[in-house]
Amino acid sequence: MVDATDAAFIALTAVTIGGAISALEAKEIIYGAVGLAASFFGVASLFFLLDSPFVAVFQITVYVGAVAVLVLFTVMLVREGRWFGDSMGPVASFAALLTVVALVFSLVLSFFAAGLSNTSEQAPAPSFLGIGQLLTGHYAPVLEVLALVLAASVLGALTLAKVERPSTSDSTAKGDAGDQKGGRGGA
Amino acid sequence: MTVALSDYLVVSALLFGVGVYGLVTKRNAMRLVFSVEILVNAANINFVAFNRFLWIPSLGQTAVLFSIALAAAEAAVILAIVVVAYRVHDDVDVSELKNLKG
Repeated sequence: MVDATDAAFIALTAVTIGGAISALEAKEIIYGAVGLAASFFGVASLFFLLDSPFVAVFQITVYVGAVAVLVLFTVMLVREGRWFGDSMGPVASFAALLTVVALVFSLVLSFFAAGLSNTSEQAPAPSFLGIGQLLTGHYAPVLEVLALVLAASVLGALTLAKVERPSTSDSTAKGDAGDQKGGRGGA
Repeated sequence: MTVALSDYLVVSALLFGVGVYGLVTKRNAMRLVFSVEILVNAANINFVAFNRFLWIPSLGQTAVLFSIALAAAEAAVILAIVVVAYRVHDDVDVSELKNLKG
């Protein structure tokens, strides 16, 4: 018996996993970036299914809204034609595939051995109030450190992206850009 | 039939497998960024699923909020590094970026 929730869950699983696979295997990397955005969206919808709307909206805002766009811009900046076949050889890929299948299989077996498949009776849904109390109470220092980390990473990214032009404005400015050592000094 | 905790964990494990596969086999720096983001998402699904099915009020969701913010910061820095590597090397193949190799 398949009801609406099950159907939604199966469809979202397909979108999430399929988007992730297409992100890695699409020939054109720009389609891979779109597939990655679809995968993020699928994960956000799974959060909705898990009665976590706040996290879901946060995921859409940050991942689909910011990270996916950032990735798209980077792909457009560093795009080149010879990106076809950018993985290891077929033997290494097959070995990696076998290893990953074994890994996932053992993980799934361990879930069922731990009896987690019986855990379908749900706890009461976590509330916005609880998140707010945790964020402003016990985890307030974490939030502030996280703000510092964000500021530091923005400064670091800006420092890395800065192109230092020599005083004599010739065309060697592009080549010298990577020689600066201040990239990690953003903190 | 309702969707159980183990179903979400299986989805998360599959996503984790895809991410590990990409991280191991790809040489393009952008694909590696994709793989890392997929891995972070797999972990986040675990957090929210356990939070929903076991009684720990909102702790998992709070952890996921922190995790998403950290992943965004990390993506910004990595993408800046990729752009710089492309400007210096005209390539983002990580097997060609050997300047820091000892």
